[in-house]
Amino acid sequence: MDIEAAKMIGAGLAAIALGGAGIGIGLIFGNYLSGALRNPAAADAQFKNLLLGFALAEATGLFALVVSFIILFG
Amino acid sequence: MTQHAETAATAAQAAGHAAEAAEKFDPLHQFHIEPLVPIRIGDLDFSFTNASLWMVIAVAVVSFVFLFGSNRIVPHRLQSIRELAYEFVANATRDILHDEGRPFFPFIFTLFVFILAANLLGMIPYSFTVTSHIIVTFALAIVVFVLATIVGFVKNGVRYLKLFVPSGVPAYMLPILVPVEVMSYFTRPISLSVRLFANMMAGHTMLKVFGSFVVALGILGGWAPLAMMVALTGLEFLVAFLQAYVFMVLSIIYLSDALHPEH
Repeated sequence: MDIEAAKMIGAGLAAIALGGAGIGIGLIFGNYLSGALRNPAAADAQFKNLLLGFALAEATGLFALVVSFIILFG
Repeated sequence: MTQHAETAATAAQAAGHAAEAAEKFDPLHQFHIEPLVPIRIGDLDFSFTNASLWMVIAVAVVSFVFLFGSNRIVPHRLQSIRELAYEFVANATRDILHDEGRPFFPFIFTLFVFILAANLLGMIPYSFTVTSHIIVTFALAIVVFVLATIVGFVKNGVRYLKLFVPSGVPAYMLPILVPVEVMSYFTRPISLSVRLFANMMAGHTMLKVFGSFVVALGILGGWAPLAMMVALTGLEFLVAFLQAYVFMVLSIIYLSDALHPEH
């Protein structure tokens, strides 16, 4: 197989892991919303944890994106 | 003979066009480092590059915001911004580190403000995003990591290694748990740096790609990717703030682990 074709396929496969990032971010925000709708008074205090959790979940997905770029351009 | 030469000429022309088209759309060209003032000391390259220029601009902007104008009891606009930033970082530090975190506050504040300025300056069209290079974010992350490790050993001595042995764990789980904890400790600078780098690089690459869609679809169809670009630019501003905040909070958490290794 041509090395360029293999790189493209590898990069595409590596980017599938970003679906996990989408699921994780959706879980975090969904849980925050359901908790905030039950107990609105406590929602503001947890907003910072929400942002932290979102960034950490996104980071894992972006590690996969970095691997994809390394395969594609390395 | 002339036919052969003709087809060769058209083939060369087509290849030239293809190369030109491929050259026009290169979303990664924005990350290219150009030496503006080449400086070589022996075998090492100390050039003043466009990355260095934008780092100097970030420091200049931050210095202007924080040093310009007087500080009055009733704050004026710029002073309110300073006090906002100060309170934001001070509250985050005090929440996690309480009072013994005060010596680290200047470092955390500098980290936050520099990363924020670098991220935001990258949103200016035709500028260069300093934090979109792994070496820059890795330098920042390794400083945090080495600082936390040194602080941990200075404050706690050998008891700092209790960080890898969480309390309340039965003895038979330790041979599995301790190597995992050690590995996760050493991936801290990697995850810290790659998080910021990947967010910045992916964000700006996406902006470039959608921008090329606007140009490619022209007047008739270009409004759809243009609307998407407006939304994406807003998202990128949010990500600039968020990534600076997350870098700062994680540095504070690592420092708190260093000061109190018992969870």
